[in-house]
Amino acid sequence: MISDLDAQTTEKALMLTLDGEKVSFEAGETIYEVAERHRREIPTLCYDERLEAFGACRLCIVEVEGIRNPVASCTTQATEGMVIQTKTEAIEKHRKTLLELVASENRDVDVNQLSGYASQELKILVDRYDARSGRFSGKKSGTSNTKDKNPFILRDYDNCISCYRCVRVCAEREGDYAINVMNRGFDTQIITEFNNDLRDSECTFCGQCVQTCPTGALGDKKALRDSDTEGEIEKTRTICPYCGVGCSVDMLSKGDKIVGIQPAMDGPANEGALCIKGQFAFDFIQNADRLKKPMIRREDGELHECDWDEALNFAAAGFAKVRDKFGRHSVYGIASGRAPHEAAYTMQKYIRATYGTNYIDNCSRA
Amino acid sequence: MSNPLADMEKPDVIFAIGTNMTECHPVAATRLKRALTAGATMIVADPRQTRLAKMAHLHLPIRVGSDVALLLAMAHVIQREGLIDASFIEERTAGGNEFLQHVKEFTPEWASDICEVPAADIEKAGLLYGKGNPSAIYYTLGITEHICGVDNVQSLCNLALMTGNLGVEGGGINPMRGQNNIQGAGDCGAVPNNFPGFQPCDHPESTEKFSKLYQTEIDGTKGITKVTALDNCGKGIHAMLIDGENTVVTDPDKNHCEHALKSLDHLVVIDIFMTETAQLADVVFPATAWGETDGVQTNTERRVQRLRAAVPPVGEAKPDWWIVSEIAKRMGVPGFEYESARDVFNELCELSPIYAGLDWDRIEDSEYQWPVPDRDHPGTPRLHEKEFKNGRGKFTVVGYRDPAEVISDEFPLWLTTGRRLEAYHSRTQTGRSAGIEYLLSHESLEVHPDDAEALGLVHGGMAKMASARGEIEIEVKVTDMSPQGTVFTSFSFAEVPVNILTGSGYDPVTQTAELKVCPVRVEPA
Ligand code: SF4
Ligand code: SF4
Ligand code: FES
Repeated sequence: MISDLDAQTTEKALMLTLDGEKVSFEAGETIYEVAERHRREIPTLCYDERLEAFGACRLCIVEVEGIRNPVASCTTQATEGMVIQTKTEAIEKHRKTLLELVASENRDVDVNQLSGYASQELKILVDRYDARSGRFSGKKSGTSNTKDKNPFILRDYDNCISCYRCVRVCAEREGDYAINVMNRGFDTQIITEFNNDLRDSECTFCGQCVQTCPTGALGDKKALRDSDTEGEIEKTRTICPYCGVGCSVDMLSKGDKIVGIQPAMDGPANEGALCIKGQFAFDFIQNADRLKKPMIRREDGELHECDWDEALNFAAAGFAKVRDKFGRHSVYGIASGRAPHEAAYTMQKYIRATYGTNYIDNCSRA
Repeated sequence: MSNPLADMEKPDVIFAIGTNMTECHPVAATRLKRALTAGATMIVADPRQTRLAKMAHLHLPIRVGSDVALLLAMAHVIQREGLIDASFIEERTAGGNEFLQHVKEFTPEWASDICEVPAADIEKAGLLYGKGNPSAIYYTLGITEHICGVDNVQSLCNLALMTGNLGVEGGGINPMRGQNNIQGAGDCGAVPNNFPGFQPCDHPESTEKFSKLYQTEIDGTKGITKVTALDNCGKGIHAMLIDGENTVVTDPDKNHCEHALKSLDHLVVIDIFMTETAQLADVVFPATAWGETDGVQTNTERRVQRLRAAVPPVGEAKPDWWIVSEIAKRMGVPGFEYESARDVFNELCELSPIYAGLDWDRIEDSEYQWPVPDRDHPGTPRLHEKEFKNGRGKFTVVGYRDPAEVISDEFPLWLTTGRRLEAYHSRTQTGRSAGIEYLLSHESLEVHPDDAEALGLVHGGMAKMASARGEIEIEVKVTDMSPQGTVFTSFSFAEVPVNILTGSGYDPVTQTAELKVCPVRVEPA
């Protein structure tokens, strides 16, 4: 039985002190989550909110009163009465040094935005902390895999910082366990089982590893084809055109061209996930053999391009003729299971309003 | 789906039947994988050793087309072991007694002969599903594309009803819709039996309502299905308007279908590519594609979501709704004066009760799952929570039937068809996306090593495969993915028109084609 006193304490909000400010938190939250909610800008590199916290990069460290060394905020649970400093001089200095080290181990820090959703994380932090000193220039870590010729995923491990986000997203979110970590330290290398190409591994080319990589070491090869295409990158929120799951995506375009797809982390159906089709099979719409003009079959028995008016009149006259000759039950409509609602709605209305029949169906029977 | 996608991470016991989810709905499958990591138990009934089957705690490689027998026997076990939810049956359902009586006859031993899996495994499946709290069912076309598709679905409903697994978090019966907006096509009334919002065509109130709205007298009876319409081409049906569907490749019995469309006086096709179907048309209209079109689509969990145009249309392409409306206007039909997709969608919302609380602006953030009966309604992530649509959940007494055609000396192997991860339908889209061919460049036929040896087939060699309807050539892939006696391929490549072979029958109620089962003969080419 719960006594009145217990009931009171369970109801009472848990409190801690964040940079001198008293804030409430919920049981089970990490320091990072509490700080994030209260708009503290704690830098992270190995963190992806969809994954189990890992505590590897140490950028997110904070000082906690009563604990001698700074702790990683992403892996440390908040507790009642904690007194936390997120941004002391010492911590900021430590962060800068860490970033200088990380930056020095990579070939490039500035990677194209088209590389992936999280690809700018390292660059943004390096700029924020002015960490391009070159103080540590020397040993590089990771070696790019140039032998894997797959057309989707760039494996440029010269830019790898060993955050293991790719390995973790593949295991924790995808359940595919296609990639793993070999060796430690400067020799750390992300590989597939038997060091095969991705095609010969468990990889399904869902692209999740690409989208979570904070450095562009893993890059979206298809999108990167358009690195030099003129124009700003625009993002348009829409839904994937393939299966019935209905994943939310951001379509990336430059001018009139769709250049890539990124998953929407807040998409209700997918929560950031995608599969190969949604991630990489977007360019069909800009294929050269798209139909561009209406066509009608002329006396020679062939289809010829014509203008809209002629085609629409021809289509309408053909239906009227059949209806007049064979009656209103002689015309049938088949709507698409891929086109949007407005297509299906007008199709059924056209049949019902024009012929007074229910001679309409869609392709779900195939 | 009765339940939201998010519920897929919550079942205690997962029963996946006739769904190759990791390939057809990979993103949904990731949720099941997470449920497994969290400790859920999974039963997979599928003839093939799919990736999902490999992850299962219990895999039942049932003979194609034997689902009803399996489900009856599972119900038998649940009944016998007293694993039923008596109060749910009493309070929320109808026909329970009769059904519980009916299943007494169908033992796992009986089903074992039909399904070709051990009775002990069927027993185990019944116990697992019956004890799960909650248990959830997932299925796709492997269940519906049969002559007994409706029996299959009803058998699944029976299981969920007898165990009270409906209207509960993490449970339910969850069909995964194959195409992005197939659910939406139904929502919009593009079916012969319902007006928009599933208002039945054979109910006088709805007929009257729509006759008035559409300013013409509409038949008070259901229309014929697409399958019947194709059968009647040239004999009653003389003109067709087909929007964005490559009927000739995706429908069963390709030769019949092509012949049917050729015998029309007038065929109008709207599409984004010159498909095999469009090539037969008298008029072809170029539609705007995904990425160029504003609109709405509904996903498999009934979530109504906005599609947005990001780039201008290619060439002179126009939205489907505009093309259809122009044809209507030129025939003097009133009510097609739309100026935007928004106008069309808002009209749909106005006259369908399940969308009554929605409009173009309210679906901006994808937050609603229908039914949304009014403006104050939050939407319905989970169906049947308090009551069923028609009051009580009805049990159906179903019996097992053999497929339309069964194997014989002439056609001794079962062919079953499906989809592949990298390809989508007739590949009008994936086939035109760069890089996909690196992973999947051509079609092949999966043959079990024992069958390959007996038939003299070699891996990578060509085979001739024939059914009662035709013959095709296809490359052989020797693998134990499919069980001995069953071969598998997909219908995505026009060069390998598998649907020349299939099409032996249709479900008598839905007229869904039996695409999943077809007896064939395979020999070296
Ligand atoms: S490849 Fe990218 S995501 Fe993977 S460990 Fe390296 S930096 Fe992290
Ligand atoms: S693409 Fe997907 S499956 Fe392949 S390695 Fe990356 S996360 Fe894993
Ligand atoms: S973000 Fe906390 S240790 Fe990397």
